[in-house]
Amino acid sequence: MDFQVVVLAGGASKKLIPLVSKDVPKSLLPVANRPVLSYVLDLLEKTNLKDLIVVVEGEDTCGLVENWISEAYVDRLHVEVAAVPEEVGTAGALRAIAHHLTASDILVVSGDLVSEISPGAVAAAHRRHNAVVTAMLCSVPVSGPPESGSSSGKDKTKKPGRYNIVGLDQTEQFLLYIAAGLEVEKDIKVQKSILRAVGKMEIRADLMDAHLYAFKRSVLQEVLDQKQTFRSLKQDVLPYLVRSQLRSEILSNEAQAEENGNEKDAFSNTNKVMLSQLMANASTPSFHELYASGPNGFAPVEIKTHKCCVYIASKTKYCARLNSIQAFSDINRDVIGDASHLSGYSFSAHNNVIHPSAVLGLKTTVGPQCILGEGSEMGDKCSVKRSVIGRHCRIGSGVKVVNSVIMNHVTIGDGCSIQGSVISSNAQLQERAVLKDCQIGADFVVTAGSVHKGESLARK
Amino acid sequence: MVAKKDAKQEVAVTAEDLAPVPIKAILLADSFTTKFRPITLECPKVLLPLVNTPMIDYTLAWLESADIEEVFVFCCSHSKQIISYLNSSNWLNQPHFSVKTIESHNCISAGDALRLIYERNVITGDFILVSGDTVSNMSLTQALHEHKERRRKDNFAVMTMVVKQSKPSQVTRQTRLGTDELFMAIDSTTKQLYYYEDKADEFKGSLTLDKSFLAENPSICLHNDVQDCYIDICSPEVLSLFTDNFDYQHLRRHFVKGLLLDDIMGYKIFTHEIRSDYAARVDNFRSYDSISKDIIQRWTYPLVPDVLLSMSTERNGIYRASEVSQSRSAEIGPFTCIGKGSSVGDNTIISNSIIGDGCKIGSDVSIDGCYIWRNVTIEDGCKLKHSILCDGVVVKSGAVLEPGAVLSYNVVVGKDLVVPCYSIVSLLPQPVKQDSDEELEYADNDNNNSIIPTINTVENGDLSNNWVSSEIGEGSRGFVWSVSEVDHEEEWRHSVAPIPASKIIELTQAAYEDLETVLQDDPLLPLPDEKESGSESDDDGRDESVYFEKEVEATFLRAVHENIKEDHIILEVNSLRLSYNMALENCASALFYSMMKLALDTPHSSAAELVKNTNNIVTRWGKLLKPYLQGIDDEIEVIMKFEEICMESGKEYAPLFVRILQLLYDSDIIQEEAVLNWAKEKEDADESDKVFVKQSEKFIQWLNEASEEED
Repeated sequence: MDFQVVVLAGGASKKLIPLVSKDVPKSLLPVANRPVLSYVLDLLEKTNLKDLIVVVEGEDTCGLVENWISEAYVDRLHVEVAAVPEEVGTAGALRAIAHHLTASDILVVSGDLVSEISPGAVAAAHRRHNAVVTAMLCSVPVSGPPESGSSSGKDKTKKPGRYNIVGLDQTEQFLLYIAAGLEVEKDIKVQKSILRAVGKMEIRADLMDAHLYAFKRSVLQEVLDQKQTFRSLKQDVLPYLVRSQLRSEILSNEAQAEENGNEKDAFSNTNKVMLSQLMANASTPSFHELYASGPNGFAPVEIKTHKCCVYIASKTKYCARLNSIQAFSDINRDVIGDASHLSGYSFSAHNNVIHPSAVLGLKTTVGPQCILGEGSEMGDKCSVKRSVIGRHCRIGSGVKVVNSVIMNHVTIGDGCSIQGSVISSNAQLQERAVLKDCQIGADFVVTAGSVHKGESLARK
Repeated sequence: MVAKKDAKQEVAVTAEDLAPVPIKAILLADSFTTKFRPITLECPKVLLPLVNTPMIDYTLAWLESADIEEVFVFCCSHSKQIISYLNSSNWLNQPHFSVKTIESHNCISAGDALRLIYERNVITGDFILVSGDTVSNMSLTQALHEHKERRRKDNFAVMTMVVKQSKPSQVTRQTRLGTDELFMAIDSTTKQLYYYEDKADEFKGSLTLDKSFLAENPSICLHNDVQDCYIDICSPEVLSLFTDNFDYQHLRRHFVKGLLLDDIMGYKIFTHEIRSDYAARVDNFRSYDSISKDIIQRWTYPLVPDVLLSMSTERNGIYRASEVSQSRSAEIGPFTCIGKGSSVGDNTIISNSIIGDGCKIGSDVSIDGCYIWRNVTIEDGCKLKHSILCDGVVVKSGAVLEPGAVLSYNVVVGKDLVVPCYSIVSLLPQPVKQDSDEELEYADNDNNNSIIPTINTVENGDLSNNWVSSEIGEGSRGFVWSVSEVDHEEEWRHSVAPIPASKIIELTQAAYEDLETVLQDDPLLPLPDEKESGSESDDDGRDESVYFEKEVEATFLRAVHENIKEDHIILEVNSLRLSYNMALENCASALFYSMMKLALDTPHSSAAELVKNTNNIVTRWGKLLKPYLQGIDDEIEVIMKFEEICMESGKEYAPLFVRILQLLYDSDIIQEEAVLNWAKEKEDADESDKVFVKQSEKFIQWLNEASEEED
């Protein structure tokens, strides 16, 4: 497959403060004790896509990511790590690394994706239709959109939140409409011309753009060049391509037309349209082709169209993006719980993972759906339920940990109670601290006996 | 006691459900439109022959077959003719199928008709609402069942609309029935209708769905591929709704849209899609043509000529009644129907046409795609294409009817006359005052006395005024109806003639060009000049102000073109300001921008002329700015806006900056203090920002000196 893979690993995401820091960028946040980026890389490795470009925002972050990858994936993947300036947006990042892109199609994956859906399926759908863009859509996860804040991951009763509004054709192969970001909350404005061409459009609110796209490189680069204001793939480039699909402004110069086969010539010549259809998919022509060929197969004007496709992942497959604190908790919970096959660990008979080097005190219980990392020590009479504990943590006696994520090198004093919280690396909890639904930043010290609820604490 | 009573009621309800409720139907024997004029001036639409059978017979036969027990035929225009037709036919004395007529003379819309029926209090349960021009063979059982099921669960489900898949042409944007394209939003599972747009607004490139639709269900289907069959299953509430909303006239435009928009009452409309059944309504001449062809091609079985009229069928869709005398050399082509007692002469070729009873067709005639009603005489050597000829028409030898011609009752076309495309000819003169309101279909039988004298004048030879002199054929009779300019553009849409290929090419091109403008106008698409790459939150605020500016500009331009009073513009701008949550200075700069843009857009050949334009506009409209320039800061804002214009959208102004600034100063829009403060503010700015300050150095100096002098 002539696909080049770009992994957008981002930088220090503001949404994830205080979990991220200059030492731990978003892409290295632990999910079940391994960096979230490793889930994407493993998935790509499994699909046999081994030539990757990982794009990181900021030089320092880039160094961190590069070090980790070269250590973890030496001999496994051929990875090039590229740094781009901070806050350039996803489109800006691709613009910055444009000179690296050479293959005819580009697969763009977000580095915060935790999923088991094969990118190969998306690539195949992309190729089958000779599309300019193919987006992967997956079902909206049960717990609401990222805006819902940092409440505990328990309120599963809430209605599924809305991430995107998409319009699909009857066969669920083509993307006819997409609203992303703030637009989701506005009224739905559908272009009549597209509806006329396709006849029937299904508007869905239960699908989410998983931020995994296949692009035709020439098109992507042309759009990025021409529309310098585009910052985001999801909110600018994709909606633009979808909206202009019946009046394509791309594929306009000769060089590209040649590159894309005889497509352009074909559109101006009915006979060739038929031929190219036969060659393209040997099935019924898509509405784009029918539209381009005009009524009765005769088009008085040359009509250029392009196709925007979707790959809709099966509902049973796990797919989530780590783009909020809520999502961080949810994904950690899922990866050691319902979607434990993603974690890559083999769970014990008690349905948990305790590293052999971990030390447990007397009468300490580690329940199912828990992970206890390498070299961590726990005192007596502790109880851990549905939580992840990182490496080399020192945990005193009588500590309760429920529904929480504790990163590496965390020290927890006796009698602490931690519920629904996230504690970043090197943090310290003095005796009898009580945390409920809190986020503790790296190196932060929680004083003895203090009680916090729903707070976000970080070192100044 | 109370519980007992409840139980009793429950029993009563179930008993009512079980008992077969006789289904009633309301048949509107008046379309309340003028699309079939001038024919409908003389005969009601429902009695016009469709493949030699009056339309109303199709509707009644279908209702009877669908187990409807009682039909109320609502007659308005030409009610006498309809009642006497029903009396003479067998419809009034069928067993298990009762047909009653309701007569009215002052209803002008379907809404009026339903209000009248409500007053009569004849409908108590669910009923079917159709018009008398419906041709269908659908079974109502399933749709009725669905409707009742829904009603039982939800009392607000008041109506079920029957729809059928039919994709309109992308080019002409009309269905094969000649009706306008339709946009609907339907819930995929419940089939509830959320959105209905029939008269699609050409200028709007997009349709807007309320976001609340998706709140309850994650999936809605948008359709541009369905056709409204105008068969509605209604609950009795529909009638009372029409009475409550006395301004509802049109079933779709007012009633359906009114219900969909009104979220207070919460009434719901559902759809029922038919797939293999046939249902269509004769709405205009094009649907007349399409439905006639469907009948001939037996899509409407059992409502086909051989069953209804006991004609004999031959292969290729040829139907022949008894007593047809046909010359051996005549060629009767495919999909043709020839009525009782008609004769066809030598070497005549007829194809795709319907010929009524008692017609006389001479020799060497060619007829293609025509609808020829009763007792029509066509003399030798005529050529007819895609025309409608009503009862008693005479076409004299050698005449030619070009596609789309409509000849109303008893018109005579003279020898060798060529009737041009889309001509409409009637013995009745065209009403002088065209009613723009299409809800009217008057000229009742009662008005006969007014018709007779006109016919007399025609016979007296008044014709010359109406046939264009070069086209006068000897012995013609009839008035040519002229179509107004607007209709002229559109006459091909509703004609029986196929749409000419040149028109299709023209439309395709237009559609494609439209698409371009749609894309450009789409405010969702960031235009290169308007959006700067700032941080995301900034973008949003900027968007708002861009929209605001556009709206203000539109308001201003409207004011200029329509000469609206200043006060009113200020009011409008104020309301815009509130809705966009803008500050006073934004209004000032937006209005100022609009003025400058207008001056720039006014044609000018030189810079001096541009200054003159600006001067004119500022003197004329400068007052508008007054209420928004409350302080020095607002004025500075205007100057900065002007700078921005010079830098970006109106570079032509750049060299004229000082002159216009002075102009603004002279016309008291900007005070000297503002200019001086602006210059002061700019002192610390970048060099690039100071271009205009430098340009106006002299002016500022002059102002400074002036103020010193004053001191």
